[in-house]
Amino acid sequence: MTSDADLDAPRRRLPRSLLLGAALTGLVVVVALLSLLWTPHPAEQVRVIARLRPPSAANWLGTDHFGRDALSMIMVGARNSLAVAAAAVGIGILGGVPLGLVAAARRGWPDEGVARMADLLFAFPALLTAILLTALLGPGAINAVLALGVFNVAVLARVTRGAALQVWRREFVRAALALGRGPTAVTVVHVLPNVAGAVIVQATILFAVAILNEAALSYLGLGIQPPAPSWGKMLGDAQTYLFTAPMQAVYPGAAIALAVLGLNLLGDGLRDLLDPRHKTTTLG
Amino acid sequence: MIAFLSRRLLTLAVTAWLATLLVFTILNVLPGDPALLMLGTEARPDTLAALRTQMGLDQPAVVRYLRWVAGMLTGDFGVSYTYARPVGALILERLAVTLPLAGFALVLSTLIALPLGLYAAARHERAGDWAVMAFGQVGIAVPSFWFAILLILGFAVQLGWFAAGGFPGWQGGAGPAVKALVLPAVALALPEAAILARVTRSAVLDTLREDYVRTARAKGVSAWALMVRHVLPNALIPISTVLGLQFAFLVAGAVVVENVFTLPGLGRLVYQAISQRDLIVVQGVVVLLAVLVVAVNFLVDVAYAVIDPRPRVET
Amino acid sequence: MRGWTLGAACAAVLALLPGYVQAQARTDLVVGMQLEPPNLDPTASAAAAIAEVTLVNLYEALTRIDADGKVGPGLAKGWTVSDDQTTYTFTLRDTAKFHNGKPATSADVTFTLDRARAADSTNPQKAWFKAIADVQAPDPKTVVVTLSQPDGLFLFHMGLGAAVIMSAETQPTNKQAPVGTGPFKFERWIAGDRVILVRNPDYDGPKPALERVSFRFIADPAAQVSSILAGDVDTVPQFNTFEALPQFQNNPRFRVMTGVGEGETLLSTNNARKPFDDVRVRRALAHAIDRKTLIDGAMSGLATPIGSHFAPNRPEYVDLTNVYPYDVNKARALLAEAGYPQGFEVTLRLPPPIYARRSGELIAAMLAEAGVRVRIENLEWAQWLEKVFRGKDFDLSIVAHTEALDIEIYSRPDYYFGYKSDRFNALSAELERTLDPAKRKELYGSMQRMLAEDAVNGFLFQLPIVTVENAKLAGMWKNRPYQVNDVTGVRWQ
Repeated sequence: MTSDADLDAPRRRLPRSLLLGAALTGLVVVVALLSLLWTPHPAEQVRVIARLRPPSAANWLGTDHFGRDALSMIMVGARNSLAVAAAAVGIGILGGVPLGLVAAARRGWPDEGVARMADLLFAFPALLTAILLTALLGPGAINAVLALGVFNVAVLARVTRGAALQVWRREFVRAALALGRGPTAVTVVHVLPNVAGAVIVQATILFAVAILNEAALSYLGLGIQPPAPSWGKMLGDAQTYLFTAPMQAVYPGAAIALAVLGLNLLGDGLRDLLDPRHKTTTLG
Repeated sequence: MIAFLSRRLLTLAVTAWLATLLVFTILNVLPGDPALLMLGTEARPDTLAALRTQMGLDQPAVVRYLRWVAGMLTGDFGVSYTYARPVGALILERLAVTLPLAGFALVLSTLIALPLGLYAAARHERAGDWAVMAFGQVGIAVPSFWFAILLILGFAVQLGWFAAGGFPGWQGGAGPAVKALVLPAVALALPEAAILARVTRSAVLDTLREDYVRTARAKGVSAWALMVRHVLPNALIPISTVLGLQFAFLVAGAVVVENVFTLPGLGRLVYQAISQRDLIVVQGVVVLLAVLVVAVNFLVDVAYAVIDPRPRVET
Repeated sequence: MRGWTLGAACAAVLALLPGYVQAQARTDLVVGMQLEPPNLDPTASAAAAIAEVTLVNLYEALTRIDADGKVGPGLAKGWTVSDDQTTYTFTLRDTAKFHNGKPATSADVTFTLDRARAADSTNPQKAWFKAIADVQAPDPKTVVVTLSQPDGLFLFHMGLGAAVIMSAETQPTNKQAPVGTGPFKFERWIAGDRVILVRNPDYDGPKPALERVSFRFIADPAAQVSSILAGDVDTVPQFNTFEALPQFQNNPRFRVMTGVGEGETLLSTNNARKPFDDVRVRRALAHAIDRKTLIDGAMSGLATPIGSHFAPNRPEYVDLTNVYPYDVNKARALLAEAGYPQGFEVTLRLPPPIYARRSGELIAAMLAEAGVRVRIENLEWAQWLEKVFRGKDFDLSIVAHTEALDIEIYSRPDYYFGYKSDRFNALSAELERTLDPAKRKELYGSMQRMLAEDAVNGFLFQLPIVTVENAKLAGMWKNRPYQVNDVTGVRWQ
């Protein structure tokens, strides 16, 4: 789809989306890390008497229905969201990259198997399947990770395979094979470093998708379990008092949007930098 | 061509079959006994056993699976445990909400995205382009259920222009029904429009770089004629591919939005069915959606093969 | 400008018209419910929503229970009871007819009762029919029911959803197209949205004021609130978004009624499992729970605290809320005494209703103060029933027990509480044999005291029945002694 002009164009300056994306993602990560050391109030501290307070000097974003400090919950929620998403993407990388590499190196039945598995998984709407799987495994952070991770395995396997196949056609790989290197060695030494860019880009975008889907699961009560704060759960709770304290529904939603926006921008920027041929997909 | 088609058709059939197997297996190890849920806390063991027999739950899993698949081949999706009605009829009834909703959202997102994408491509690397790209990023990042809540807050509660949820049904005329679908369609359309605007932009940009477009431009064809006659038709191929794929996901992706707006659609049917352990309904809906996705992929492949009949190389 | 004025005038007239017409007599009603019934046959499934749409309105049972929980005539206009309390002779209303025009006779009652007690019966309340030894129909309007032993609650149970009378002819189709003998008949069911009932012109009793009643199902709390505000829904008899109540309480367009129901809300405790098999641990939990804060935080202050398993509005109720006053130090001391100076870790498995989820989070925070670390697990009903209720695989749970007068559950040998007490079982057995009201009251009192003493469960509060409705509406029930939405006496003022 992309003309060669893109490849030839020298790219000296960093893409603007990369900078903005890195800044936003950095902000979320810093807030998440900060929450380990400090929050304005303990995030799980219940003070029923101070419930649904508007923003004040003591509670910058007000309090929820149990009088918990909304800002502290958003901060700890960032940590929990990132942790679940990172684990879901980690499963995808650990499972998908080797599968894709093997498929590209061996062709034949392993290749066919990976393609069929991906076809099969892609036939199921991801969120609906995640809902089904958490119903099967029981709600909770770990099961949400598994339910979201399954799809990442398929996506990353497909992306790795596609990128690896291209590498296999390159001259230096043929040269290495001619010099008597085995397929395993070629995969590790030559293919893996050359597919890393595509994998990193795709993983960043999957990270954003995982944050969105984790929020949806928690919103439905299937993800991270209380009292651990999560953005999706805060949104679900706030919906019941939408008319008395509407801002409590606005903050967590904005936090989700900001994190996803940052990661998507980062992914797009990284793509421009590392993967100009666009092997990766945003449509996860 | 024939060989390609039959190979793709075989893949379609195998994927669909594997989907039924996967769904059935998953659902039949799902904890939660549908009979127990129907009878509640006062259920006695003998009552439960009687109901399980009545529902056919005492049969071995293999028998139930074969019966279910055989039934589906003849168009019989089984009878819902809780609603005691044919699953096929239930699905059709809910599709009368979900299909118009998805279609509405699709039209809406196309109407927003095509002009935006074209505009951005025309203003490549300038302010207008950046604005559209920003919309594309924000639109994808905003969770649709949150956007739905904001819509309710603004347009239903503050302004009172629309009902906050519910669906009056089609028998009361199209007007009220369409009105009830406006906010949900907007909520669903936003991320779609964002994706589509980006796809349109890059498709148009790619086409603009093609040699024949450059030639036409060199020949002095006006910018407008160039767009309409040369660029758009070619850019429409990737755009309609994405549209096709997204439609299937729109139907499925309505789960959460239908819940927020309490629309009696397919998404809410399957969500309720999961929590009520109405396995036969869940199985039917999920397989139907999976087959829909696979079929749309198949059609897209076929369309590509027809448009671009070069031998296909797997990459 | 002229055009605009004209348009505005037209709009004003149009806006007035329906108001004028309605001022004459509105005869339709939209009732908002949270859950949609899976079907419309209350003898087929335990889902409360079925009875809440159909009982009394569409179907009638032999007896009918009023808003105070008193048993009165239903399809049976009267009955006599033999001296030994085992033979009931019911006389049916002479002119009672099903909605399909067929007369309701003793044959239908025999069919209903025999079906419910049959070996292959799938009636969700089969236990209510277990005492029935024989049902005879000497003539078309007389039914004689013989019990194997006296049953103090027989007439009460015969007025509830699982005991509604249906005919053999229509029973197979009642799930979708219900046919009863009540003052309203079924018109249509828009699946996923509403069930519509219309007045039955051939009803042989007092005619209801309403001509058309729609039951709308709105699961989402925010959508429920906004549909009341918008006037799409006239009354919500079991409003549970308590945080949203202030805006209705302060608005003269609406009325908020707070009644008492039968839902004893418990911190269900697995007495059979360590560490809860030790009464000191259970007492420690009781001391660690601050009911006042719990009710304020989870129920917007609307619930009545309870100290044992009994509804506070009943005459037999004993106030035991002060047996274990809120005292964290006492709780810690008791835990240390029981061998847990550092506390312990437990799982709290919660079913879906808001009251359970909200209370669960608060109780987790309260128990943490006493050193008990609580891990919350939110379950769907299906999982809750299978894991907690049937599987007894739980440490703690929170649920409201909404069956009326159900204190006898503590004597069931394999009930999920895992509570075993010979003394309590003896009291329960004696109660079943006792018919004298004064003696029964005394027994009920002793049973309540025993449960409180043993701190079997955390006794939290009585689930309030909150109705939010249009202030012009009259006749909805404030209290709810059983699962029903009786709209037969509702009218617009």
